[in-house]
Amino acid sequence: MTARATRKARPERPAMSEDYNFAYLDEDTKRMIRRALLKGIAIPGYQVPFASREMPMPYGWGTGGVQVTAACLVPEDRLKVIDQGADDTTNAVSIRRFFERTAGVATTTRTREATLIQTRHRIPEEPLREGQILVYQVPIPEPLRFLEPRESETRRMHALEDYGLMHVKLYEDIARHGEIATSYAYPVRVAGRHVMDPSPIPKFDNPKLSGNAAIQLFGAGREQRIYAVPPWTQVVSLDFEDHPFTPSKADAACDLCGAAGSYLDEVITDDAGSRMFVCSDTDYCTTRQAEGHRGRLNREEVA
Amino acid sequence: MSPLLRVESLGKSYGARLGCAEVSFDLWPGEVLGIVGESGSGKSTLLGCLAGHLAADSGRILYRGRDTRAMSEPERRMLARTEWAFVHQNPRDGLRMGVSAGGNVGERLMAVGARNYGQIRAAATDWLGRVEIAATRIDDRPRQFSGGMQQRLQIARNLVTGPRLVFMDEPTGGLDVSVQARLLDLLRGLVRDMGLSVVIVTHDLAVARLLADRLMVMKDGHVIEQGLTDQVLDDPQAAYTQLLVSSVLQV
Repeated sequence: MTARATRKARPERPAMSEDYNFAYLDEDTKRMIRRALLKGIAIPGYQVPFASREMPMPYGWGTGGVQVTAACLVPEDRLKVIDQGADDTTNAVSIRRFFERTAGVATTTRTREATLIQTRHRIPEEPLREGQILVYQVPIPEPLRFLEPRESETRRMHALEDYGLMHVKLYEDIARHGEIATSYAYPVRVAGRHVMDPSPIPKFDNPKLSGNAAIQLFGAGREQRIYAVPPWTQVVSLDFEDHPFTPSKADAACDLCGAAGSYLDEVITDDAGSRMFVCSDTDYCTTRQAEGHRGRLNREEVA
Repeated sequence: MSPLLRVESLGKSYGARLGCAEVSFDLWPGEVLGIVGESGSGKSTLLGCLAGHLAADSGRILYRGRDTRAMSEPERRMLARTEWAFVHQNPRDGLRMGVSAGGNVGERLMAVGARNYGQIRAAATDWLGRVEIAATRIDDRPRQFSGGMQQRLQIARNLVTGPRLVFMDEPTGGLDVSVQARLLDLLRGLVRDMGLSVVIVTHDLAVARLLADRLMVMKDGHVIEQGLTDQVLDDPQAAYTQLLVSSVLQV
């Protein structure tokens, strides 16, 4: 109830539906999720089972992330939701509207202004700061799953730090492709202990996991697992001495804002082979354009 | 010199049914011990207990003076990865069928901390050569191998970390005789070159005679006779051993 009182004191927020508890989930469920989150924070990279609820959206649309977000939201939060870096795609828009309606929190597309960011498969380009929370949507939390199908065995392997198998996967990559071809969901070792699946972020983003000032929370709804990387935690991408980890991106600059160091999406523009590269992080791109940066296909607007 | 493995009155039962009981023996460095007996005599149970796959009910298993039954699971797994090896009867149980031959051989190396692709690859190539698998097949999956090759691959995968003690469960079962003979030849060479101690379970007395220095005959979970291989096979004392030896078909 205090939540609603606070909301009414701040009339600039969007109208909240009074039919649901604050942020949709009931308080007991949120408490259960928070306990799992605390345990996850206490053991970085460890997958904590939790009693995942049915959410009013299909599995695979971010039910895990939504539950974690719901458990973390307070009325004062400013929420940003991104899907593959973009604020304006279906997944991002519908989750943002969901929390506008059920929690009445303020939303934003600016990484800098957000206090809580729910993300699907990207880490924002702009460095996060202390006090921010980054919530990942995770489809399959178990990094060893495709190597060892038995859950009982993968748990034992985590418990005993028996991670040789993870390198077998990387070995197979090199043997077949001449390099580590895994380009997303690249396995990492958290705080020198647990091997973790960073959700399907491109491996370009892996270095940003390590020593990040923000709290990073991972929610897998269908698989009923929560895990976390606390702020300033060391996260190392697995590799071989003679085939070191390399974050990769398209070898180009953004055609809209000219950024050379951001992760790019390739867009096919006609059926004659023309293409353009644009920043996958839309906020980063628009911010840069507002600052006057221009890319290859955006020259006409330069004054 | 002290024995590598000392077993003292080991017992294991499955509820009311007896697996094996009161098994005691010493295994010395470089020695090959054969365990023979009919199906259901407790051979595989005994081997499983020794290798730590099954939890024994009573007795002690001292590996280089340390009781493996009292060890923690991580310690035991470390032993199983470094100093021990286990060759399954069915290579499918001991291989990762979805991983290339090189990856299969390299897994144990990576499990003990090898992180240099070039060195892992070189070791895998070397070991494939030692078990007579062409180096060109290093990136093939075990599925594409014949049964004999799969078994040889399993042996390479187990021996790559230079273990001291190898457990073998009917390593030649299910192979035709000419392939068996080649495999036995290979095993004998590896055992001699690497100075391995081996506990080998078999129901094939020919395999036992070729490989084993010493023989233990089991029946109904108990050891009924043990001694030097030639002595047991040529001059069997226990009635069951006499039956076993006389059951072998003479070609």
